Amino acid sequence: MSRPEDTLPPDLHYNDTEARKYTTSSRIQTIQASMTHRALELLDISSPSMILDIGCGSGLSGEILSSIDPADGGPHIWVGMDISASMLDIALQRDVEGDLMLADIGQGLPFRAGTFDAAISISAIQWLCNAESSEVSSTGRLTRFFNGLYASLKRGGRAVCQFYPKNEQQRTMISGAAIKAGFGAGILEDDPGTKNAKLYLVLTVGGSAEEGAGEDITGVVKNLDGVDVLDARRKHKEKGRKDFKKGSKAWILSKKEQMERKGKVVKHSSKYTGRKRNIAF
Amino acid sequence: MKVLTLNFLTCAVKACKTTSASFPLVPKECELVSDTIAPNPTLLTNLLPRVDWPALGSIAVALGFPSLSPLPPTPADLENDTKMMADLHTLLLETQISEGSLVCANCGHEYKVKEGIANFLLPNHLV
Repeated sequence: MSRPEDTLPPDLHYNDTEARKYTTSSRIQTIQASMTHRALELLDISSPSMILDIGCGSGLSGEILSSIDPADGGPHIWVGMDISASMLDIALQRDVEGDLMLADIGQGLPFRAGTFDAAISISAIQWLCNAESSEVSSTGRLTRFFNGLYASLKRGGRAVCQFYPKNEQQRTMISGAAIKAGFGAGILEDDPGTKNAKLYLVLTVGGSAEEGAGEDITGVVKNLDGVDVLDARRKHKEKGRKDFKKGSKAWILSKKEQMERKGKVVKHSSKYTGRKRNIAF
Repeated sequence: MKVLTLNFLTCAVKACKTTSASFPLVPKECELVSDTIAPNPTLLTNLLPRVDWPALGSIAVALGFPSLSPLPPTPADLENDTKMMADLHTLLLETQISEGSLVCANCGHEYKVKEGIANFLLPNHLV
C-alpha cells in the first residue's frame, strides 16, 4: 500500500477532499477512536487536565478527550495543533471544544514550560521524518519537536504518540530523537506481526513525588494485561556481564576472539586449546 | 482561542526562545466571542498554579475586562468564593478570541487569529 508520507507534504496532502474523506470514513473513525482510548489508557490521567493533541486534524481524538465522563477523570480541555488548514476547517465545522492552532510541529512548540499535563498524538509524528525542502532536515525537525514537547510537559507528565514508521530505521530515528531530548521512551506494540500492528511511543518526563508517575514505559504498562516486556537495556547489560574464570578454556577462547576482532594474528583453536601440557619428565 | 491558552502561548521564533519578553503575546484588535462551557471546579484548581497571574492580569486589561487582584487566589479562596470561581471560569474558559492578532513584545511578529484558529506557521529562516 502506498504511504501518503511519500507523495506529498502533510499540508498539501490533506486538502479539502482528503480531509473530508478522512473525517467521514467510518473505518478511520473507529480506528482513531480505538487508538485514542488505548493512548488514554496509557496516559492514565485521573483528574481533569490540560492535554496537547499533536496533529489533531479534524478533532476526532479531541472529541473523545472532551467527552470523558467525570467519573473517569474527565472532561479534559485540549489544545490541538495541525499543519493542514483543510483539516482544521473541518474541525471548525464539527464544532469541537478544544482550541485549534495552525502550526508545524517540526518548527517546535510555542508553549511555556510545564504547560500540559499530558500529550497525545495519533498517526502524526511519522510525517516529521520527511523534509520537504533542502533548508530543513528530518533530524532537525524531530529534535525541535521533541525538545519543544519535553519543555511544554509538566514534570511527571506523559506523552503517548501512535505512529506508523515506514521501516525499522524510521522507528529508531524517532525513538532515538525522543531519548536525546531527555524523555524516558519506550515503544508499545499492539497486535505485533499482523497487518493491524499499532506502535505507541510512550514518553515520560522526569520523576515526581507521586508513586508510579514519571517512570519509564515498563512502569506505565505494569498494570496492563497481556503485555510482554522486551527490555533491550537489560539484554545489553547481561551480554556485557559475560565473565569467565581467568585461565579457563572459555576465557582463552573469548580472548582469542577479541584479538581476532581487533585484526591481530591469532592461532587457530582446536581441541588442545587451553589444555595443560604434560609434565615433560 | 481561549484566554487560558493565550496564557500559555509564547513566540515561536527561535531568537525569542531565550528572552522573557516573548511572553505573553499581546492581543491586538481582537474580536471576542463568549461560549458556554460547563463549569469544572476541579479543572480550574488544577490549572490555577500553572496560570501566570501577572500575564493574565495584563491580558484581561488589554481585552477590556476589569483588572484582577494583584495576587492569585489560593485554592481555599476559590472554593469558598463561588463568584470568584465563576468570574475566573468566564475569563479563562468561556471568553474566546475569534479574530485579530497576537503580537510578540520582543520581535514584533504578528500571529493572525482567524475564526478562533491562531496561525503559528513560520517561514524557515525564523525557525
